[in-house]
Amino acid sequence: MKRILILIPLLFLLSGCSGNWGWYVVDPTTTNGASNLRFMISGAYYTILMSVTAICISVVVGLLIALPGLSKKRGWRAINRTYVEIVRSVPILVLLLWVYYGLPQLSGITLNVFWAGVLALALSDSAFQAEIFRGGIQSIGKGQYEAAQSISLNYRDTMRYIILPQAIRRILPALGNQLVYMLKMSSLVSVIGMQELTRKANELVVTEYRPLEIYTILVLEYLVLILIVSAGVRWLERRMNSSEA
Amino acid sequence: MTADATLIEMHNVSKYFDDFQALKEVSLDVALGERVVICGPSGSGKSTLIRCINRLEAHESGDIIVDGVTLTDTPESLEQIRGNVGMVFQQFNLFPHLTVIDNLTLGPRRVLGLSDEEAKARAMKYLERVQIPDQADKFPRQLSGGQQQRVAIARSLCMEPRILLFDEPTSALDPEMIAEVLEVMTELAASGMTMIVVTHEMGFARRVANKMVFMDKGEIVEIGAPEDVFTAPKSKRFATFLQQIINH
Repeated sequence: MKRILILIPLLFLLSGCSGNWGWYVVDPTTTNGASNLRFMISGAYYTILMSVTAICISVVVGLLIALPGLSKKRGWRAINRTYVEIVRSVPILVLLLWVYYGLPQLSGITLNVFWAGVLALALSDSAFQAEIFRGGIQSIGKGQYEAAQSISLNYRDTMRYIILPQAIRRILPALGNQLVYMLKMSSLVSVIGMQELTRKANELVVTEYRPLEIYTILVLEYLVLILIVSAGVRWLERRMNSSEA
Repeated sequence: MTADATLIEMHNVSKYFDDFQALKEVSLDVALGERVVICGPSGSGKSTLIRCINRLEAHESGDIIVDGVTLTDTPESLEQIRGNVGMVFQQFNLFPHLTVIDNLTLGPRRVLGLSDEEAKARAMKYLERVQIPDQADKFPRQLSGGQQQRVAIARSLCMEPRILLFDEPTSALDPEMIAEVLEVMTELAASGMTMIVVTHEMGFARRVANKMVFMDKGEIVEIGAPEDVFTAPKSKRFATFLQQIINH
């Protein structure tokens, strides 16, 4: 972590490579630079809100899709496979355009930009979550199910108290990955006009004509967000693992 | 119900794993309070036999009747039978993410509907019975193998079953821990618990069993009182098996 942080100033050293950098557009010591920076950073609100909302939905949907995939019955597994294969193969950007521009024509339901973005991100991610959950649950040994059966626990309680708590500990790194992925993919929602980090940067570029500096700041914004998420996931992992071998 | 009432009846039970016949028309009766020890070479079907009793394995033909209830796939029969039958596994199968006390109270709370206090009191009672009440708040991985298996026994007892099945309960233990588990099992037997034990601990079998079963290749080859079968095995296969166990 520290090593990565040391690399960040190195990026700024690039500014000495040629005379083409113009950091003044985002110089916090000037009025204009400071207001530009504030404008850019304010996009973090929707980037975070959209990603977190979407991941909450996709975890729940993913789990619900994973469960039939674990069934002994072929019909149930087919539901899981169909969902995963179809949803997984649609590019997020395509899904987003379809949800925002296509869905209203089909159903008459018009979603605002925020919810269209959340829906597309959540839907797309849920297929991956389903596979992560399926893998995690399948990694729990048969003995745990047998022990649960031997004390007469039903399916729901077995999942809730025995299998899922153990599976979630194991898939936590993968869930962290998905959250990072989600934060990055939320930048796509800028194309339908969501005022998140990428959109704000684009708008600023149009008025300031300094894409190099502005997009460099944008890169750093995502980097900082994701480092924070990584640290959070690691902290959670340590906390959960302290109670299990 | 009389003292010698039959608790488990198995009639011509057969079980297949694909093409392999693990049980070949096995019949066995277990009376209330009886302690049955099943032994036999690996792959003889002894574990499969007891796993059929609480439906961890489904048998293909024949009847298994536990305490008057015929074992079928209906949820009612499964519920009734699993409520009466506890099981202790070779690998303990404790829930690693739960403390000892939570391992013990989960079933009583969720299945039997006990309150937290009742479940806890019951758990402590059985932890004392297996002589590790001081480990209640630890996680399974913090315990020795012998202690873990005793927790597993206590977990089964917390459901207050009428029958306890033991599937090679000491096979995964270091030698110095086998004694403490067998001691708990001996004490249980003395208290009148109906037990079916798959084990190679012949000393335990001699002391505790009142019915000895020898299985080989999916069949019950020999059955009888331990004092008879140990001193004068009728079949050559059992005689050979005993010799191998004793000599090793």
